[in-house]
Amino acid sequence: MNSRDLSFAERLYIFEAFKGLWLTSRHFFSNMKKHILRQLGFRHIGKGAVTIQYPEERRQLSARYRSRHRLTKRQDGSPRCVACMMCETACPARCIYIVAGEHPDPNIEKYPIRFDIDLGVCVFCGFCVEACLEDVIRMDIGIIEIAAYSRKEMIYHIEDLLQ
Amino acid sequence: MITLSIELAKVLLVLVGVMTLAAILTWMERKQSAVMQDRIGANRASILGFRAYGLFQILADGIKMFVKEDFSPQTEHPFLHTLAPFLSGFFALIGFAAIPFGNTVSLFGHDIRLQIIDLNVGILYVFAAMSLGIYGVVLAGWTSNNNYAFLGGMRGSSQMFSYEITIGATILGILMIFESMSLQTIVQKQGELIWGFIPKWGIVVQPLGCLLFLVAGIAETKRIPFDLPEGESEIIGYFVEYSSMKFGVFMLTDFIETALIAALVTTLFFGGWQVPYLMGDGFLLPGGFHFALGGLTVSILQVSAYGLKVLILCWFLLLVRWTLPRFRYDQLMRLGWKMVFPLSLVNLLVTSLVVLWVH
Repeated sequence: MNSRDLSFAERLYIFEAFKGLWLTSRHFFSNMKKHILRQLGFRHIGKGAVTIQYPEERRQLSARYRSRHRLTKRQDGSPRCVACMMCETACPARCIYIVAGEHPDPNIEKYPIRFDIDLGVCVFCGFCVEACLEDVIRMDIGIIEIAAYSRKEMIYHIEDLLQ
Repeated sequence: MITLSIELAKVLLVLVGVMTLAAILTWMERKQSAVMQDRIGANRASILGFRAYGLFQILADGIKMFVKEDFSPQTEHPFLHTLAPFLSGFFALIGFAAIPFGNTVSLFGHDIRLQIIDLNVGILYVFAAMSLGIYGVVLAGWTSNNNYAFLGGMRGSSQMFSYEITIGATILGILMIFESMSLQTIVQKQGELIWGFIPKWGIVVQPLGCLLFLVAGIAETKRIPFDLPEGESEIIGYFVEYSSMKFGVFMLTDFIETALIAALVTTLFFGGWQVPYLMGDGFLLPGGFHFALGGLTVSILQVSAYGLKVLILCWFLLLVRWTLPRFRYDQLMRLGWKMVFPLSLVNLLVTSLVVLWVH
């Protein structure tokens, strides 16, 4: 990248330094004015900071945000999953583990006995959602706090995912 | 006996005042930088749910510093290693002794000078105290048994030496104009008016000197943009081997020195405790308008004016600290020796010619 030669006034530094000080102090005074006015009860004044104070305030997640997985259910409450293994195959992190079982209803054929997602390994790429034939696995519940004290607790089983 | 207790009360007042200011500066630094950068800043420390805009963060910091593990490196000079932060802090604190924060005030039949000691070489005393602060830096670097800390100490001492010369040269103009080395006299003479309406403040008669003094003063406090001795995150400074409150004292020294520079600039260039047109018996405006005030009211006005000026200058120093990027070390030395120092000599030459011409 070509850089422009600095002019004499710029190389003197002092004028540029004062320009910078002018910029930051302008931010200071305009933000300070907003903070003080809001403290005095003028709520319609814009906020003086862009901070979202996390545990109390939360960012509005966008509609396509990929949060924690869930499995959708049939009307009788059983999982809609047919254990086709498409998500397990599509998963680049190999964090999905499915054990299929014979479903009593011959129209459904199979159902998952086990459906585990290791969220400690998951890369939240969303490929499983796209691969799913039955629109069972979704990442739309907006849960972003996924934490545990051990790796074992990071593995979510079918009963956790169905909720 | 009463004189002694008055003197002790003044010492206590200044000490408590300075330490409080330094503590508040740690809060100001966080909050001001946050407001400048469209953030909120530390606001979580609370007592019984009261957050007080993050002011309790000062307390939390203090408790944290005191209860952290005090890890000392294996060094051959454990005593000097422990002494270094206290030397730094001590010499930064005693500088305040010669700085006047008000005129003489009569209270209950006693004439109280609002200054701890009115030395006739006050300004030399303050600079001597500031120079001795180098010992803290050098000892910290030298006794840490760590090459990075040692290099940091070397960087720090050479930087402080270089800029001290500049500081000395920049204030010579002030000394020539006010013909005194006593800080109280310098402040008193700044109460005079040029052509009957411009206050004869240092910044009016020595604008270039004021600017150069500010630059050298910021370099002397070793803060951004001149923070190469410390360079906390990247190049590692002289106090890398310090932990817990020993590190805390170094940190606090930074803020005490900031306050000291602010107080010195106020005293030398912004009229100290002088309020424009405020004489001993009230306001006397250039048009001849007189607004009489009692002696005590005048004193209170003057002391609060001094406090306000120091606070505004602290604000400005923090503004500089949160605006300008750090210099490289060669740039720092070039700025010191090839620009600021020659400019201060030019300033000295012009000032002496003007003073000669006026007389």
